[in-house]
This record gives sequence, C-alpha cells and structure tokens, in this order.
Amino acid sequence: MLVSLNWLNEYIDVRDYQPEDLAEIITKTGIEVESVEPVAEEVKGVVVGYVTSCEQHPNADKLSLCQIDVGTETLQIVCGAPNIAQGQYVPVAVPGAVLPGNFKIKKTNLRGEESNGMVCSLQELGVDEKDVPKEYQNGIFVFPEDVQAGENAVSLLNLDDMIIELGLTPNRADCLSMAGVAYEVAAALDREYKLAGEEVHPVSEKASEYLSVSVQDQEANPYYGAFIIKDVNVGKSPLWMQNKLTAAGIRPINNVVDITNYVLLEYGQPLHAFDYDRFGSKEIVTRKAEDGETIVTLDDQERTLTTDHLVITNGTKPQAIAGVMGGAESEVNENTTTILLEAAYFDPAVVRQSSKDHGLRSESSTRFEKGVDPNRVERAGKRACELLERYTGASVLSGVVSFDQLDRTEREVTVQSQRINERLGTDISNQEIADILKRLQFTFTNSGDNFDISVPTRRGDVTQFEDMLEEIARIYGYDHLPYTLPQGASQAGGLSRIQKLKRDIKTYFEGAGLNEAITYSLTSESRAAMLVSEEIANQANHPVKLAMPMSEDHSHLRLSLLPEMLQSLAYNTARKQNNLGYYEIGKVFINEEERVTKQPVETLRASGALTGEWVSHLWQQEKKPVDFFVVKGIVEGLAAKLDLSVSFEKGKIEHMHPGRTAIIKSGERTLGFLGQVHPKLQKEMGLKETYVFDLNVEELFNMYTKVEGFRPIPKYPEVSRDIALVVEESIPAAEIEKTIVEAGDPLIQIVQVFDVYQGDHLDDGKKSLAFNLVYLNPERTLKDKEVEEAHNQILDAVKQTHRAELRG
Amino acid sequence: MKERLQELKQEALSKVQHSEEVQALKDIRVEYLGKKGPITEVLRGMGKLSKEERPIIGQLANDVREEIAHAIESKQTRLEDEALEKQLEAESIDVTLPGRPIQVGGPHLLTSIVEEIEDLFIGMGFEIKEGPEVETDYYNFEALNLPKGHPARDMQDSFYITEELLLRTHTSPVQARTMGQKNGSEPVRMICPGKVYRRDTDDATHSHQFTQIEGLLVDKHVRMSDLKGVLDAFAKQMFGAEREIRLRPSFFPFTEPSVEMDISCKMCGGSGCSVCKGTGWIEILGAGMVHPNVLEMAGYDPDEYSGFAFGMGPERIAMLKYGVDDIRHFYTNDQRFLKQYHKA
Repeated sequence: MLVSLNWLNEYIDVRDYQPEDLAEIITKTGIEVESVEPVAEEVKGVVVGYVTSCEQHPNADKLSLCQIDVGTETLQIVCGAPNIAQGQYVPVAVPGAVLPGNFKIKKTNLRGEESNGMVCSLQELGVDEKDVPKEYQNGIFVFPEDVQAGENAVSLLNLDDMIIELGLTPNRADCLSMAGVAYEVAAALDREYKLAGEEVHPVSEKASEYLSVSVQDQEANPYYGAFIIKDVNVGKSPLWMQNKLTAAGIRPINNVVDITNYVLLEYGQPLHAFDYDRFGSKEIVTRKAEDGETIVTLDDQERTLTTDHLVITNGTKPQAIAGVMGGAESEVNENTTTILLEAAYFDPAVVRQSSKDHGLRSESSTRFEKGVDPNRVERAGKRACELLERYTGASVLSGVVSFDQLDRTEREVTVQSQRINERLGTDISNQEIADILKRLQFTFTNSGDNFDISVPTRRGDVTQFEDMLEEIARIYGYDHLPYTLPQGASQAGGLSRIQKLKRDIKTYFEGAGLNEAITYSLTSESRAAMLVSEEIANQANHPVKLAMPMSEDHSHLRLSLLPEMLQSLAYNTARKQNNLGYYEIGKVFINEEERVTKQPVETLRASGALTGEWVSHLWQQEKKPVDFFVVKGIVEGLAAKLDLSVSFEKGKIEHMHPGRTAIIKSGERTLGFLGQVHPKLQKEMGLKETYVFDLNVEELFNMYTKVEGFRPIPKYPEVSRDIALVVEESIPAAEIEKTIVEAGDPLIQIVQVFDVYQGDHLDDGKKSLAFNLVYLNPERTLKDKEVEEAHNQILDAVKQTHRAELRG
Repeated sequence: MKERLQELKQEALSKVQHSEEVQALKDIRVEYLGKKGPITEVLRGMGKLSKEERPIIGQLANDVREEIAHAIESKQTRLEDEALEKQLEAESIDVTLPGRPIQVGGPHLLTSIVEEIEDLFIGMGFEIKEGPEVETDYYNFEALNLPKGHPARDMQDSFYITEELLLRTHTSPVQARTMGQKNGSEPVRMICPGKVYRRDTDDATHSHQFTQIEGLLVDKHVRMSDLKGVLDAFAKQMFGAEREIRLRPSFFPFTEPSVEMDISCKMCGGSGCSVCKGTGWIEILGAGMVHPNVLEMAGYDPDEYSGFAFGMGPERIAMLKYGVDDIRHFYTNDQRFLKQYHKA
C-alpha cells in the first residue's frame, strides 16, 4: 500500500513529523514501512504557463513556437510536443529550473529560434510512465482545469508529496485504505483524526424503478447494492484526484473510473461502474458461472468460466467476474450517461479462486480476497455517488437497490488485565489498557480487571484474546517489554547420540581432508536413479516425483547424494579447480510404491567424491593422484573410528567402473559402495578420474557401541614375521587375510599386506602377496615354538584354502 | 729415563698438534699409548731403577701418558666438531621453501552457523530436534493454524508430491510433532534446524532449497518478555554483546502476537547506512507467542500452557555476518567459497 503523506494529512495532521520519524513509529507499532520516498525526484522552478499563442516553427516541421505567459512575463518557448495548443495551461520549466536527473533548464536556440524554457510532460517531471494518463503519454501534460499562470506547478501536481510504502501482512487488510491507515496512525500517535463523510443529494426518481437485484448464492455474495446515477458527463477528473491516484500508483482514466478507484483507496471498498444503457437488462442476477460460460473482460480477453467463479449477470449473460474485473460489454466509455454503480461484499475465498484461475490480480481482487469491512460497503457506494454528483454533473437516484444478508455485528472479546500482564510479563495498569483501547477506537466496558471489548468490523483479524493481547502490546510498545528468562524448571539441553555421532564423523571427514558440501535434495529423473547403493535400489524403485516441478533438473528426490555432488565437482572443474575432495551427510528418500501414498523413508547417508591430486608437494616432486585406495582408506578409517569391522567385495554398480568398485559390507549387510566413477560418466560430466564413496551412515550409527571399560596394554613383547605367498591373481587379498586370521587365532594380532608383486620370476596368472604377521600372547612372553606352530598352521591353511605357495 | 719420557711427550704432542684428521690421532694413540708403544716400553724398563726412583718415574710416565691422551682427546673433539660443523653447513636448507601441505577439510559455512546456533541454545537448555523433509499437509500447515484454503498455503509456493504430501516449506512442523510427542503435559524447549523447500526460482536472493532453524519453548506461565530475553541473549552471543534488539509487530499464522526481531546494524551502530537501508536495524528472525490453536491441536490446554516460537534462516544470517552477496553460493559448492570459511 502506497500512502501519500499529503493525502494522509487531510485526515490526520502529521505535518509536525519528519516522514522518516513517522515511518519509524508506524513500523514499531504495527505495520512495517518498506520505504519512504518522494513521489518524484526533486523538481525545481516549474510553474504553470498559459499558452497565449502557438505557431508552426519556421524552420522545423515538428516543432511549435509558443508564447507562454508564466505570470511574471511571457516567454518564447520552442516545443516539440504534438498536443500543445493555444489556450492551454501547461507546466513550464523556466530557465534555472531543475528537472529529475539533475537536468538544468537554460535559455537556448532551437533551429534559429530562441527558446526560454521547456514545456514538460509528466514523465519529464518524474512521474512513472505507468501512472501517466494515456492521452499525455506522448506529449506534454495539460492541466484539466483553470489554474493561474505563474502558480507553482510542482505543488499543483503534488510532486512535493512523500510516499510511505507499507508492507502489509495478510492480517492487516484494514490498512488497504487511507481510512484504515488514518485509524492506525491515529492510534500510533494518539492523535485526533477526521474522515470524509458521504453527502449525497438524490433526486426524487428511484433507483428501484431502473433495476432489480437478485442473488443466487448468498454465501458467496451476502450483499449486493446497486446505485443508479444519470446524466453523467464522462470527462477528466479533477487534478487533485488524479494526483492522489498517481501517488497511489493508479493511472487516471476518466472521472467515473477515477472516482471508483479513489473510493477504493479511501474506503478500501472496490466498486464497479457499469454503463446502464449497455447492461442489457433491468435486472442484476449474481450467481456462480456455468461451466464453459464465457465473458470478454475489460482487457479484451475472452475468459472461460467454471462453477467456482461468481459472476454478475444481466439475467442472461455475465457482465463482470465478481470482485475481479468487469466485462467489456457494459464498460463505461465517453458516451456513457447513466451508470449502474455496484457496491458489494463478495466472499474472499471465491474472489481468490477467480483471481487465481484467471491470473488477474487487481486492486479490487486484492481487497476482496482479504475481506472488506461489512460496515463500509454501502457507505463507499454513497461516497462515490457524492463524488459523481460533484465532479461529473450527474444526478443520483434515490435509494440503493440491494440484496442484504450481510452480518455487520461487532465481535465481542473479553480480556482481563491480569491475564494480559501474565502473558506479556508486564505491569500495565487498567487505565493504560483503557487508553490504548480508546486510541484503537475500540468501544468497551470496563469493570475492575475485566474489559468487554467490541471490535470494529474493519478489524476482521481481531477475534480472540491473543489478538487483543497483540493490539494492546503493540500500542503499549514492545520496546517497553522487560527482558526476562523463562522460569520453568530448566532441563539439560544437548545433542542426541546420533547428533553427536554426526558431528564426530564430520570432524573425521574434515580431518581426512574432505570439505563439506551441501547439495540439493531435488535432482533430475535420470540422476535420481544414478549411483544408488544396492540396498537402497532394492527397496526404492521409484524415486519420489514432484507433482509440479519447476524444472526438469529438480523434479525428483534423490536416492543418492553422489549425482548432485558430482555436479558440484564438475562446476569446480569447469572453473579450473582440479583437486577436489568433498563429503556430505544428508538424507535420501526411499519410496517403494509406484504411486506415492505415504511419506518416504528418509535415511541418512554419508558420501564423498574426490578427484585430482591427493598429495601434492610440487618442489619435492611429490605428487599422487587420488586413487581407489585413498577413498578406501577414508572409509576404513571411519570404520576404525566407529570400531566397526567392515569388509569390501568387488561389485558392480551402474555408472561405476566395473573393475574398480567395491561393495562395503558388514557381515551379510550392505552398507554402501566405493570406487571409481565410470569413465563414460566422467567424460559426460566433464570430470577427470573421480572416486566416490557412499555409506549408510544411519546403519553405521546403529551398529556403533561406545567404548566402555578398559583393555589392558600388553605387557609382553610381540613377535613379527613376514611371509610371501604366491597365489592365483584372481584371489582377493582379503580372503587370504581372512584365512590367516582364522588359522592364527588366538595369537595373531595384526595381518598387513606390505607388498603385491606380479611379473618376472612368477608364472603368468600368479601374484605374490607379502604379509606382515604380528603375534602376541597377552599372558606371557611368546616362545619361538609357539610362534612356529601358529605360523605353520597359517601356512597349511593358506595352502589348503587358496593353493598358496610360499615364495622362495 | 726421565729425559726419554719428556722427549716422547714432546714428540707426541707435536704430532697431535700437527694432525688434522681423526685417523691420524687414532694412529698416534696406538703408536704412543699402545701396549707396544714407547711409554709402555719405558715402564717395562723400570725394573732396573732404584726403589726410590721407581715411583717418581712411574708417576712421570703416567703423567706423560695422561697428557698425551688428553691432547689426543681434545684434538679429536675439536676435529669432530669441525667436521660436524662442516657437515651441518652442507646440510643447510632454504627454510623459506614451502612445507608439505596437509590435507585438511572443513565444514560448510551453513553447518558452522547452524552448529554455532545449536550450541548457543543447548547452553540455554534446549534440545535439538529433527523431522522429516517430506511432510504431511497436516503437520506442515493444518497443525500450524493454516487450514485448507488459507492463502498462505498456495500450491504455487510449495513443492507438493501428492495432495497430502509435500516438501516441508518450513521447519515449523517439527514444533507440532515435538509437542505431539509430549502428550500435552510436559514442557518443551527445542530448536530444530533443517532443510526446507519453496517453489522459488533460484536467483541471488531466492533458493528453492534453504535452511531454517525453528525454536520452541512451551511451559506454564511463559511470557512474551521471556521471548524477548531469550532472543536478546541469542543476538548478543551470535552477533556481539553491543548489539541491541527490537521487536516489531508482524504476522504469522502460528503465533499471536507475532513479531519480527531486528538487531542494531553492525556497520553503522544504529545511525543508518546502506547495509541497514538507513534504518539502523537489520531484520533477523520472526517470532511470537504460540497461537492457542496450535497449542490446542498439539494437545496442550492454552489456558494453562503458553509458549513462544521463533524461526530464522542461517543463509540470511551468514549473508549478513559475512556479506555473502548471492544465496546460490551456498549450493554450488565452489571450493574457493567453501574454503574461505574453514579458518578457525
């Protein structure tokens, strides 16, 4: 809502406040002021000029040579506007004037003729193009009525006004009118105000002789009032009215439309004027439209209606979409003489639906949608009649033809001062509460602690104790609330077990050199099914799809964090950031159903993606790219940190390198996977060699048990032995390791591969694996014989199980 | 014999003096002090001496031996020191060359902000709660006093999956869920950070996914002044002890009264600048007293219980605190952006 300070001053005198200070007060008591700005950039030295003569410029076809009386003198001015003519009053920037953009006006010579100033268009004076009346858009502005030559055009055109823009929350529809703003400002400043009245002088002829009104859906349309105004002269509205509309961001059109818009701004009640003679009948029937019924609206669009839409008809055809827009058929034009003026109350939800379905949001629909004041509907009609009488020379017929089932009763809310103070933590006296209610113009009766309050219908948002609490608190001032701390029994706050673990593993990943990424949960359909761990893929064949996605890129919920993370890697790679290591902990969304009927299972995963150099110390020629084992090391380290034993099996996952992918398992349960992204996908995404891991971290957390108790530090020395085994190259090292561990139990403590060899001195298809074995007996010092025994057991076992040969 | 010993001494010391290598010294030791050396020989001839002379010569021989040994030792030490010095000289490096980089990662800026806020409220006795990102219409809207048909729940603004399911548009449903778990009888002190989604086109100030932190305190006798006190403590810890707060009336369907909290502008200290658009204040969060309908739907008696709730956006806080100019930075994961905030 744009509030003209000049206009506001007509209702409540705030001239003693700096606009910024006033804005601050309004903001603090109730409504956020979004900006305080002059209606136009500063203009100096523009006066009214009377065009005494206007002739063709001798040397230029498109220029006029004018003599203009500016009060103190007559100036010769060359003007290029097509609409300038003798006898007009026009705004003239005299030499020395300053126009917006710091444009200084000087004497000049145009095509051999002296020009002592400039006749101005509204745009040149700083008025927004969209607010300029159509007839002046391509030319100078012409004052619509007689003014004095030499008068200050800046104030005549209201260009010295300040505009306060209110950012209204949905509950404060009452401030979608100047009257509402006046109430609010009066309450905030504790000051007197005076609103306009309605003073109509109807002729004896009755409106009811011209028209009948019937309403078919009284819930959608509890009140419909029709006024008849005849002998209307459609023309220009007075300058003051045009100025106010312009200040509020509404373009002046003609006196009839301007008056309905003016009352809309003043009372917050949208009105509509039909051309009575073109309405097509003498009856108004409001009803829900039929499916497929059509209407051509004022903007010359044909609109197809449904039974959701309320229409104003002439008994047969719709003439307006209620509350949203009138029809072209009965639009007021320059030939209109008799007006049918509508003042109605339409159900907010119905108007909202129509407005949404037709993509039409107007000053009118905005107000109906939020609910207009039931007590101001008819009054607004009368106010418009008064203005039509005064400014169009019309006669208003007596009476309003109406259908009326509108509830205008004021809501009663009872509050106790003790309860108010308890809830606010304040000590506001009964007298202060009474004063606040008076400032708000709420009537009440007070006995002791008790206030029975009648809430004016303009404040439809105030319905219960808490609403009154807010009214009292905001006028009392939130600045006056004390600072206290909650008194209830305090509890120990803290993180849950999972939250702590989550933080722990974040620290782990960061210590391991990875940066945390946060990616989007919404991804494309194809990416949603990509790089999904098998235990997820087995349950979730159907990624969750949005009903109305905004783009294909963000249409489905992810089943893996990796595709979006790879996008982040690609984003960096494209910016020459080549060494990257990311992790993310986030949810994936598992849905088993083809058509979603219930919330998907949300499960936490930890994923990472790495590419480029992992170790890079250039001047020492130390350089090592990320490889499978870097990523595996990170996963193993995490498992070790959580004291979990996990195993790795070669596996296949779509879009992963078929030879470099491992499935991460704990027993038979799959926990995720790791490995290299398939080179095809790498290429497609513009990535270099990239390695990823994906872990069901929720499962890891479930498996984790906190270390309890104490494991004694071994007192006796350990014995270390190395063996090198020659085996078939297809046998995974982990299997041999497993055999060693089993066979060496209980003495074997550590088994580590320290060399892998293939090539010379070995048969084709064979490889040599060298293991370092560490034996320990926690009870006593190991004897050579014991170690020998265990070692031989191990050798026997690997020979038997893997046909391993001891390498000579 | 005396003369012979003196002679040997002079000879040996002179050799020591002229030796410049450790090996030469070792040779001298063997030559003079060895079992077959001349001094030993002298001592062997002591039998021929008189009883009186024997101890004198013995003493002298020992003195000579010791003197030579000492000379060798100190020369050797000196030579070794010199050699070491030379070696160390040769080993010297350019200490200005860069060290071997350690790979250390770091948290995302949003996580840092969220955890800072979590820790701050944990200190005030709050729990951290989480909830599903795919919410039911009931918890996302209805339980928060946004019944069907309410203008604030336009299909256009939310990512619906079905008529009943949508991506949560705020973390407020966790309020309703948490209260629901308490059977309307226990106090609640919690904050819930999390991802939320709105149907916005991504640009410098909008993101279809962003983060929110919601806070809720419900108990008997909770006052609006408690909200002010808690928010003031939060603002001072988060933004600096010299920050002031102010509450302004606002509107949210799930709180009444509703307020927005501003903090005094850090840039100008409240006098007005471009950051605060001349007002001296910067909007930080929305808050209010829990709406009685919300309490009631969650099973609390609004005559007995009251509470306050607040909600804030870590992206906005990060943007204000660090001057980040585009919300998309939080989601493109440009490492040049992320790494700026890894410093302690």
